[in-house]
Amino acid sequence: MGRYVGTSVKRVEDPRFIQGKGRYVANIQFPDMVYVAIKRSPEAHARITRMDTSAAAAMDGVVAVFTGQDFKDGGCGSLPCGWLVPDTKVPDRPIVVTDRVCHVGDSVAVVAARTPYIAADAVEAIEVDYEPLPTVVDARGAMDEGAPLVHSEIENNVSYHWALGDQEACEKAFAEADEVVEIELVNQRLIPTAMEPRAAAAQWDAASEEMTVWTTSQNPHPIRLLLSAFTLGIPESKLRVISPDVGGGFGSKIFHYPEEVIVPWVARQVGRPARWVATRTESQMTDSQGRDHVTVAKLAMTSDGTFTGLDVETWANQGAYLSTFAPLIPTALYITLLSGNYKMPGVFGKVHGTLTNTVPVDAYRGAGRPEAAYLVERLVDLAATRLGRDPLDLRRQNAIPKEDFPYQTPVAFLYDSGDYDRLMTTAADRADYAGMRQAQAEARAEGKLRGVGVVCCIEASGPAPSAVAGSLGSAVGFWESGEVRVHPTGQVSVFTGSHAHGQGHETTLAQVVADELGVPIESVEVVHGDTGRVNFGMGTYGSRSACVGGSALVRSAEKVRAKVLQLGAHLLEAAEEDVVYDRDTGRVHVKGSPESGKDFGELAFAAYTAHNLPEGMEPGLDFVSFYDPANFTFPASSHICEVEVCPDTWEVRILRYVAVDDVGKVINPMIVEGQLQGGIVQGVGQALTEIGAYSDDGQLLSGTLLEYAVPRADLLPGIEVDRIETPSPHNPLGVKGAGEMGTIAATPAVANAVLDALAPLGVTHIELPLTPERIWRAVQAAGNGA
Amino acid sequence: MRHRVCLTVNGKAEEFDVEPRLLLCHLLRAYVGLTGTNIGCDTSQCGSCTVLMDGKAVKSCTVLAVQADGCEVTTIEGLAGADGLHPVQQSFWDNHGLQCGFCTPGMIMTAVEILDRNPGATDAEVRHGLEGNICRCTGYENIVKSIVAAGARGS
Repeated sequence: MGRYVGTSVKRVEDPRFIQGKGRYVANIQFPDMVYVAIKRSPEAHARITRMDTSAAAAMDGVVAVFTGQDFKDGGCGSLPCGWLVPDTKVPDRPIVVTDRVCHVGDSVAVVAARTPYIAADAVEAIEVDYEPLPTVVDARGAMDEGAPLVHSEIENNVSYHWALGDQEACEKAFAEADEVVEIELVNQRLIPTAMEPRAAAAQWDAASEEMTVWTTSQNPHPIRLLLSAFTLGIPESKLRVISPDVGGGFGSKIFHYPEEVIVPWVARQVGRPARWVATRTESQMTDSQGRDHVTVAKLAMTSDGTFTGLDVETWANQGAYLSTFAPLIPTALYITLLSGNYKMPGVFGKVHGTLTNTVPVDAYRGAGRPEAAYLVERLVDLAATRLGRDPLDLRRQNAIPKEDFPYQTPVAFLYDSGDYDRLMTTAADRADYAGMRQAQAEARAEGKLRGVGVVCCIEASGPAPSAVAGSLGSAVGFWESGEVRVHPTGQVSVFTGSHAHGQGHETTLAQVVADELGVPIESVEVVHGDTGRVNFGMGTYGSRSACVGGSALVRSAEKVRAKVLQLGAHLLEAAEEDVVYDRDTGRVHVKGSPESGKDFGELAFAAYTAHNLPEGMEPGLDFVSFYDPANFTFPASSHICEVEVCPDTWEVRILRYVAVDDVGKVINPMIVEGQLQGGIVQGVGQALTEIGAYSDDGQLLSGTLLEYAVPRADLLPGIEVDRIETPSPHNPLGVKGAGEMGTIAATPAVANAVLDALAPLGVTHIELPLTPERIWRAVQAAGNGA
Repeated sequence: MRHRVCLTVNGKAEEFDVEPRLLLCHLLRAYVGLTGTNIGCDTSQCGSCTVLMDGKAVKSCTVLAVQADGCEVTTIEGLAGADGLHPVQQSFWDNHGLQCGFCTPGMIMTAVEILDRNPGATDAEVRHGLEGNICRCTGYENIVKSIVAAGARGS
């Protein structure tokens, strides 16, 4: 055990943020810069019959106006999709449309002007005539016979069908079942809403023919690759992509967006640096959105409550185009999680990815896994009700026992480690579950609508062995790079291909490397987010940075230690087997005589002076590793939520929220708790307040923060978090992902609590979010509204 | 048509000729060059751009630059003194009150006003006081903790 890993080291990145020195893309400004604004479609589906940019172009201060044809003629390629399941139909997604818009917010024309205000005025001055076309917005309705086609060449709006599981075992389970519970539910559209709106800036150096692009991305290297190979056409060697401080992502900043092409293309055209910053409204209508499933499912069990089969059919709304990883989310990150934390032999799921006249849908915090958890955990509660069983008790009965790990599910995953019974009993103890049930009985006796929700959830984080990802449809690998560069003074620079946008990597990865080398954390700096400084890396999503990015750094630090040890032995004139590397101090000394040793700094200096190296050793002290994980890691959680529903206003009030999570070994408990708390509130938002709503004609009804109800500080009274640890056996740190578990578990925990509260009124299901209006309607429909 | 605006920003006198429609947040960012005040929305919901105007917390996207004529404005850059961080800044650092940092300047400026009015603000009072500020990362837990702790330390 080192000095730093496992302790709550205060974040080294904080001083700049708390003093207003964050280096966000919107802060980048150069003399002579042009400001880009984009004309957006107000129509969900329409043909452009006329466009007149002349008034805009003539305005004082306008530098240039460009149409879709200009981008096409100027060599910009369409945006590619980076995950294709078999027979995926991929609609063309131009950078700027030329003749037809497919969702509200589609880019129609581009202005570059001397100030952002002039650019906004010029956008208003562009005249566009639209001939509206029929629209479709519903995931399942898109496949209906005669439904309007989003793209005429894609039949029935079906981008792909996909299925996984043991269909035979599933059918057998239902044929032999004593009890079957069924559900049909919607997992509603969400808008990620990172607080920093997306932005891009670019500077073209005509002399060196080098382009620098700053973008609010979670993964600058893949963006550079896509810009170079598909959309912008500048060689990777001449293209530098920087994602400096990024103000939250939650998945929405993984993907390659049109503006990342528009801004550098414009900068080159006009010969001046360029910048675009989304308004919030623009972000809400162009950032890839999340969830949006319609699902019918049933759970089979024996009369004693043993789960035997799960049968799921889902229609997944992909929006108007396929965003960068869109087909991955409802397939390999959703169906694969349907076994939950339970032993069930007959799990089978199929999904239909459909296209609609809505904003593209892709990964949003949890990405597929929350959809699976919400479905499974609602079904388990329905099963408990059917059997007259306590929902916690039924979950414990069916949980995979700890001695069964590694556990092979019927839906492809091999769970690495876990102890779900201990997770649930820890949560029950922490929450005083029995006391909560007692209090609920007393509250009910007084006519109050009190409910308790309990869940046990699974996550798959840190995707994935690259070969497996490739076999499932990925166009990229999911390894990570990590470089440990020891400078001659003994200072250490760490270069990670992961990217932090709130997660605190500059602290946690420094903790890891400082412990690996036995150096003070103050001497370790972490560099990320710049293709000009960091080896190719895959970025941050899927809670992968510690388990994959951290592991790459451990491998590099091991290489540093091995070389330092060899050099130390040489300088101490001892055999390698007679010296030790003291990981508490970074000193190399002869075994049994720590006083006769060499400091880390001395050895680093000696590696660079190269005056006296062992035979065959190269000078320098700098190692890079590319770590490809052997498996996903499988965090798990048990959350318990206590609510009361007001019988007058039908508002939900959360009384207590208790979360016990297992994210494996923990590098920084303070940061992990912060990730869980933040994730939980996002999950509660899905349960209670948030919906990306569209009208039937494709208008986004929640396009600003006036309508899209992000949780506020008073939504919860506080969150009680606790942990158990079952280390991941297959990565050197024993860590599992911590970024998404909270979000995955919170939505079903709250939904189960609210439906438990409303059970005496005969309400068994309400679609999310559980707003007072929806609850009131459900109560009325159940005939108990008096 | 341009208007002259004279104001004090973080103790320094500033003077600009501006369009009447220019927002204070844009004046601070583009004219004064203080980019610590972040802009997170366009409907005055998120509170990221909160600054102190004559001691009161305002969303600088809802204030026209011309309305700030003659005012004293304090931004996040002006909060730390010669003797180091403001106690609220220090408390956000100590209590992990931020993750991505984007809402943080607005949160801190709002917190300064909350504690100015009510130095012993409780957890529930702080949650109520933050109703005009959105954070998407922290779930507010550690923001509330930071503000309550700063209040407790100051009083």
